Amino acid sequence: MENILLKVKNLKAGIEGKEILKGIDLTIRPGEVHAIMGPNGSGKSTLSGVLAGDPRFTVTGGEAVLNGVDLLSLAPEDRSHEGLFLSFQYPVEIPGVSMVNFMRAAINAKRKYFGQEPLTASEFLKLMRQKREIVELDNKLAGRSVNEGFSGGEKKRNEIFQMAMLEPKLSILDETDSGLDIDALRIVAGGVNKLRTDNNATIVITHYQRLLDYIKPDYVHILYKGRIVHSGGPELALELEERGYDWIKEETDRKN
Amino acid sequence: MADNSVQQYLDLWRENRELLEAKAPAFMNAARHEAASILAATGFPRKGDEGYAEADIDAIFGPDLGVNIARVPFRVDPSGAFRCSVPNISTLTGFIANDIFAAGDALSHRLPEGVKVCSMAQAWQENPELLEKYYNRIAPQANGAVALNTLLAQDGVLVHVKRGVRLEKPVQLVNILGGANVPMLAIRRLLVVLEENSSIKLLLCDHSDDVQPNVSDAVVEVHLAAGSNLQMYDMEESSSVTSRYANISVCQERDSHLLLNVSTLRCGTTRNDIRVSLDGEGAVCRMSGMAISDGSQLADTSATVLHNAPRCVSNQTFKYIVDENGRGAFQGLIRVAEGAHHTEAYQNNRNILAARTATMHTQPQLEIYCDDVKCSHGAATGQIDPRAMFYMQSRGIPQSEARTMLMQAFMADVIDGVAIDALRDRLRHLVERRLCGIQATCGSCVPAQAMKCVNKEAEDD
Repeated sequence: MENILLKVKNLKAGIEGKEILKGIDLTIRPGEVHAIMGPNGSGKSTLSGVLAGDPRFTVTGGEAVLNGVDLLSLAPEDRSHEGLFLSFQYPVEIPGVSMVNFMRAAINAKRKYFGQEPLTASEFLKLMRQKREIVELDNKLAGRSVNEGFSGGEKKRNEIFQMAMLEPKLSILDETDSGLDIDALRIVAGGVNKLRTDNNATIVITHYQRLLDYIKPDYVHILYKGRIVHSGGPELALELEERGYDWIKEETDRKN
Repeated sequence: MADNSVQQYLDLWRENRELLEAKAPAFMNAARHEAASILAATGFPRKGDEGYAEADIDAIFGPDLGVNIARVPFRVDPSGAFRCSVPNISTLTGFIANDIFAAGDALSHRLPEGVKVCSMAQAWQENPELLEKYYNRIAPQANGAVALNTLLAQDGVLVHVKRGVRLEKPVQLVNILGGANVPMLAIRRLLVVLEENSSIKLLLCDHSDDVQPNVSDAVVEVHLAAGSNLQMYDMEESSSVTSRYANISVCQERDSHLLLNVSTLRCGTTRNDIRVSLDGEGAVCRMSGMAISDGSQLADTSATVLHNAPRCVSNQTFKYIVDENGRGAFQGLIRVAEGAHHTEAYQNNRNILAARTATMHTQPQLEIYCDDVKCSHGAATGQIDPRAMFYMQSRGIPQSEARTMLMQAFMADVIDGVAIDALRDRLRHLVERRLCGIQATCGSCVPAQAMKCVNKEAEDD
């Protein structure tokens, strides 16, 4: 039997009546890294939002199955429990909710979902400490309100820290490189690489080749006007870097 | 001819004057006649009157309510019923059963020299000048609910701290409403006098049973002499059939400090009128409050800060969460008088409407009659941030839990403003439980059922 982690078939979705995804097909196996690239407005963030269950988007057709579970019928929190993680392009600031309480609620909700007892305070703090090291997240940040007053780099590191805590099967990194200087990029990418195993997979959504120097993809897909118009190996990303998106646009627009 | 709602009290006074005055100290009796004239002239405000966007005071006092003119004692057993849900809050506690004060052992015997917490009747024996000087001098006069209180009050509680005396341990006054088999009107009166450079912390808790639609009419007068420091926390956790009117008036002299928190954790219909008058240079007032209103509750607070002297500082923060068919209202006013130079005054009202059927009315106002001041005010009413909700859910936190956490977070700054550690922890805990939908009796104070009427006969007026 073929081992498939995520199967997306003819997925269509939109926002406020406007169709953005016009039939996405995507198959991801454990251990793989897929890069999704494409010009602005092609639907990259819509795809990640739809998979994570962002209520702003409406699914109008198709399916998405994660590890045999129909993702689209689940609430966002259950998608998380089933192993999906979205690293936000713009992580949300939540004043008044401490990182510790936030993370404890998340971890214990997942444990409850699988019928496990909540972690004790000391178990939890130990886990926090271990995972913090992966992205070199300062202990002081962990004591503050979620993302409040964090710099751009700290927010992205905090996303990867949360990913480390939740140990997802499939992580979607939505423009994780945006707003990062080169040092922060190295730390964030390093964290992602440390978390890679043969059993999990990663979708890297990005504009630029830059991030892919650090997180090496197995497959590169080009999203344009709501469809994957090109798929290939890592060389495709390099080609895009060299030639830009215009040839893709021309090629696609000529076909239609 | 006054309205019926007012007339019934005027008649009650006239018909029972002898009994009523026989049981009350002379200084209270002396104020009644004028209170009757004011009440007859002003009546009670109705919904829609200026400053009363939601609360209908006439409707609160309109029904036929029992007034305990014969002073039948309601028995409370503080030792048996006092249970604290959060440890480490150690207070000196007294109880007010409807409108009768029971000092208990702590307030009778364990207060330090220079601190007095006693009934006004007792105080009248020991220190009549004090009552003559402050009773009914601080509360606003042209106010029907205050006039009603003055007309019918037979006793009250005095908190008096002498010059330079500082009491660290909080004094807690637990108000309990109920215990009768007819709807009661409890007339409560509290006078707090802090002499120069004294300080005290007061915790006022309101509880009520849900057997009868009882009403309380509380007038709190506070005088803060130069350099004194008062922390006062007024926490209401009443049942949904209870109505409360409370008038809290404060006069602050030079360099006095007030920290006032008035919070409505649970109520039926509540109107709080707060007025702080900064009369001496350099006085500081930090005022905050929160209200959680759901079901068909109404939490309505009006807060006025009068800057009458130079270099005073005031800061108001009020936050509401209104859900289901609940209603909330906030009227805030800062008035800076001519000559109050270098005033710093801030006012902030933030509200969450958690359901489409919930309503919030807010009216922030600023009146400045002086240049050279720093003032700001703001009000915002909105919903729970949907981006924060989705962010939390995407991490696996269930929607209902995320909602509770966000509401709790919304109240964080009001809770953090509480300067008694144990009370702050308890309040955080109470708000959390309240938002989780758990029946939030704070467990620390006496349940109203613990109070029984000693003599059934005397519940009538």
